Amino acid sequence: MALMNITSPHAHGPRKTATLMRVVVITTLPGLFALTWFFGWGNLINVVWCSIIALAAEALVLLIRKRPLAFYLKDYSALVTGVLLGLALPPLAPWWVSLVAVAFAIIIAKHLYGGMGYNPFNPAMVGFALVLISFPVAMTTSWAAPASLLENPMSFFETLGTIFGFGSQAIDAFTMATPLDIYKHEIGHSIAQDVTQNPVFGAYVAHGWEWVNLAFLAGGLFLLIKKVFTWHTPVSMLIALTIMSLAFGWDADQATPPLLHLFAGATMLGAFYIATDPVTSAVSPQGKIIYGAGIGILTYVIRAYGSYPDAIAFAVLLMNFAAPLIDTYTQPRTYGYAKAKRGAKEAE
Amino acid sequence: MKKIWDFHGGIHPKENKDQSNQSAITDAGIPPQLIVPLQQHIGQQAELVVSVGDKVLKGQLIADAHGPVSVAVHAPSSGTITAIEEHEVPHPSGMSDLCVFIETDGKDEWCELSPCEDYSTLTPAEILGKVRSAGIAGMGGAGFPTEIKLRPPREDKVNTLILNAAECEPYITSDDRLMRERAEEVILGLEIMAYVLQPNECLIGIEDNKPEAIEALREAAKETQIDIVVIPTKYPSGGEKQLIKVLTGKEVPSGRIPADISVMCQNVATSTAVYRAVRFGEPLISRVTTLTGDCIANKGNQQVLIGTPVSWLLEKNGYLNQKGSRLVMGGPMMGFTLDQTNIPTVKTSNCILAASPKELPQPDSAMACIRCGMCSEVCPAELLPQQLYWFAKGQEFEKAEHHNLFDCIECGACSYVCPSSIPLVQYYRYAKGEVKQIKADLEKSNQARERFEFRQERIEREKEEKEAKRKARSEAAAKAQAAKKAAAEAEAKESKEGTAEPSQAPVTAKAEVSPAPEVTLESLQKKLLMAEDKLSKMEAAWKDAQENNPERAEKLAIAVESSKANVKKFTLQITELGGGASDTPAGPSLEELESNLEKTKGKLQLILNTLEDAKQNHPDRVEKLERAVAKNHTRVASAELALREASEQQSKQQASKLEPTESKG
Ligand code: SF4
Ligand code: SF4
Repeated sequence: MALMNITSPHAHGPRKTATLMRVVVITTLPGLFALTWFFGWGNLINVVWCSIIALAAEALVLLIRKRPLAFYLKDYSALVTGVLLGLALPPLAPWWVSLVAVAFAIIIAKHLYGGMGYNPFNPAMVGFALVLISFPVAMTTSWAAPASLLENPMSFFETLGTIFGFGSQAIDAFTMATPLDIYKHEIGHSIAQDVTQNPVFGAYVAHGWEWVNLAFLAGGLFLLIKKVFTWHTPVSMLIALTIMSLAFGWDADQATPPLLHLFAGATMLGAFYIATDPVTSAVSPQGKIIYGAGIGILTYVIRAYGSYPDAIAFAVLLMNFAAPLIDTYTQPRTYGYAKAKRGAKEAE
Repeated sequence: MKKIWDFHGGIHPKENKDQSNQSAITDAGIPPQLIVPLQQHIGQQAELVVSVGDKVLKGQLIADAHGPVSVAVHAPSSGTITAIEEHEVPHPSGMSDLCVFIETDGKDEWCELSPCEDYSTLTPAEILGKVRSAGIAGMGGAGFPTEIKLRPPREDKVNTLILNAAECEPYITSDDRLMRERAEEVILGLEIMAYVLQPNECLIGIEDNKPEAIEALREAAKETQIDIVVIPTKYPSGGEKQLIKVLTGKEVPSGRIPADISVMCQNVATSTAVYRAVRFGEPLISRVTTLTGDCIANKGNQQVLIGTPVSWLLEKNGYLNQKGSRLVMGGPMMGFTLDQTNIPTVKTSNCILAASPKELPQPDSAMACIRCGMCSEVCPAELLPQQLYWFAKGQEFEKAEHHNLFDCIECGACSYVCPSSIPLVQYYRYAKGEVKQIKADLEKSNQARERFEFRQERIEREKEEKEAKRKARSEAAAKAQAAKKAAAEAEAKESKEGTAEPSQAPVTAKAEVSPAPEVTLESLQKKLLMAEDKLSKMEAAWKDAQENNPERAEKLAIAVESSKANVKKFTLQITELGGGASDTPAGPSLEELESNLEKTKGKLQLILNTLEDAKQNHPDRVEKLERAVAKNHTRVASAELALREASEQQSKQQASKLEPTESKG
């Protein structure tokens, strides 16, 4: 009689980690589409290229760690890291920048810390920060100019050639600093009206970027409705960023205005796809609010006072540091207790 | 409409109740052999009152409640007892326990019962007596003796009596059918319990997925004060703590019981059992059990005799064993798998779920925790299951405890939602077991240390006492010498002057005599102490053995008896001697008594503290400790009494001592 001895519960809900990861990847597609539409083929190529590296690196490490390949590759976590990096890196970043970023993310930031679920830092952001520090030139000069501003934008193969280094184009003709970067540098010796004359700011907030951010926002909201994550982190991050930029940047002639903060750069990608990475964020709802707000505040501070034009990566990494501490102080109140136990006290 | 509250989290698993709640309850029939376990409840095993070969009638007592937390067992049908031996019983661990095997004769002949037309002619105590002798234990969950539950500590008056009719587990419909078909019995049983407890309000909490049962209850409860509260369907609303929260908005403090906040929950099936016990005098010998799952042809609810082998039930109802199928006793969320079918049903068996691998598929292999937090979103205890899992896995039990591991009710909601298919509850059970083990070990070593220190202290004290005595003796001797001298001088004087001073003489005599009885009295007292010590140790060992090692228990029982005799002997001797030695100075013994009292008080406090702790963490030990507290209370009382008597005596003596001095002066 083949009866099994299994402990309760015997029923299981329909959700699977792999499915969640897959949904996350799929919902980035509108954002990817917008990026490709406005900035050319660069991001699309990057996403594919980064995914390939990510899966290869994952497979390599799994082989070395003697883990079952299929089982772990199926969880899609490596793919998510690859896709996110492909979306975050500058569209025309040379192939080796992506290679370094992704390989470092998977091999060092993820697997050296024990693999999925054990990494204290968001792997994609570790990879991003590494290349940002190591190859500052490549990272700041590889941002594609909006395709509509170019007389004859790069074709797919030209882009491929640029990224993989066999093309003959002078890349400078196709790149441009990001709106966040331009505004920050120009506003010091100019007024808002003059600065925004620059076609990079387009008709609304920042040419193309506003649509990219809206697309990521839409994808994020979809995930939110599907309860892939809770509202706490992204909402508190966006609110914190808004408040900070209202408080310190209310004067558009002095500092970058709030709308630019929200809809230019990697803000929405960061809020919905990076800050919400559950592994590296705080746990409890209250903790998530603090964690998200921290990212928002740091993003503003680094963008406004740091030397890097965008700051999501550093802000997220810094809050990753803080997450365990936040957890310690935000334990929820358990049923039957008058108040929550807080702090690191180990025993009664 | 009564206001209801919500509890945190919860899930909505597929209900799967339709398979079994469509048809009326049928009679399962009498199996050729009944296997009746002697322990179907929390607490102590019942004590056999029959032996192999005896003929029993249906409802006849076969094992009586033994000890305060125990429940009687009755013959579920008439027949002959063929064996009394160990057999597997329904338990997650698949353990064996003592069972009575009855070969049924098919006549199903009742023994004589004592019905009662009107429960209000009985006193609450009489009703409780009936409940106790009917062997009723909570039929919903753990099987706590109902009579004891209905007898909460006096200071905890029950204001709200709740009938738990939520039946939130998927698949199970036994309470549902019971309420649809025997709503009056349910209500009458509840009224009887309300009669005993005299609560301010009486609620029935029922999930809104049972409209027929709700209707039937409403109909039956029309003339009563009972409030039928319909609550939203959400697992685990039938968890005691969750139901209390939903119905009253109150939370049972961690480590406490509902009675502490003046609430009590009873189960639907228990209620009908109480009714039948009081009205007809019927003991609890059968119950409604749900048979369901794709591997059973004949799904539905059946009135099953306690002790009916699961295998017999399955066979009779068309069981088709598939490869990889699971046989669950209880529901899919909290039930446990049976790895074999030759197991009896018991008073708590509300469901037998024979699930095909399609219904309850093999769990996927667990992936890493991605800390998605879904588990904490659904945890009704508002814990952080992912952190608990982390700690349990890393053997960081202290941290797990700090994260309120012991408030986990093992509802399984977290495992249910976990996208990484981590068997979380399994980790919590493991961690709880480990923590308990560690605590037990610590306790043991603490006790050993205490014993050692106590011994050390005693040796020290004895030394001091000896020293003091030696001094006293030498002083007395010196005094005696002096007295002699004085006497001699006086004699000399007397011989010279012809006058006598006799008053000194007895004193001298006493001084010489008194040490002797004092020594024996003390040594006797010491012996008594030791004997008492031994007795309590023996008793503890005996109790322990009763639970774990019945063979040794008998031997120990004899040892306990002899220790008792010893204690009695010494006490007797001491009282005898006490009479003789009453005129010895009471000073030192008074002090001793005082310190004795202090010590007993200290010990009592210690036990009280441990009890508090136990209430939080070791519910199984609470009962034992409570007994210990009671014992120590009496000890303190007797110590106080002794002290008072002694001090009275002393003051008398002083008074009598004073008189001669005054008369002298
Ligand atoms: S539901 Fe599972 S994967 Fe998600 S946090 Fe809880 S334990 Fe981890
Ligand atoms: S099993 Fe324990 S930790 Fe999991 S949901 Fe239930 S109470 Fe919470």
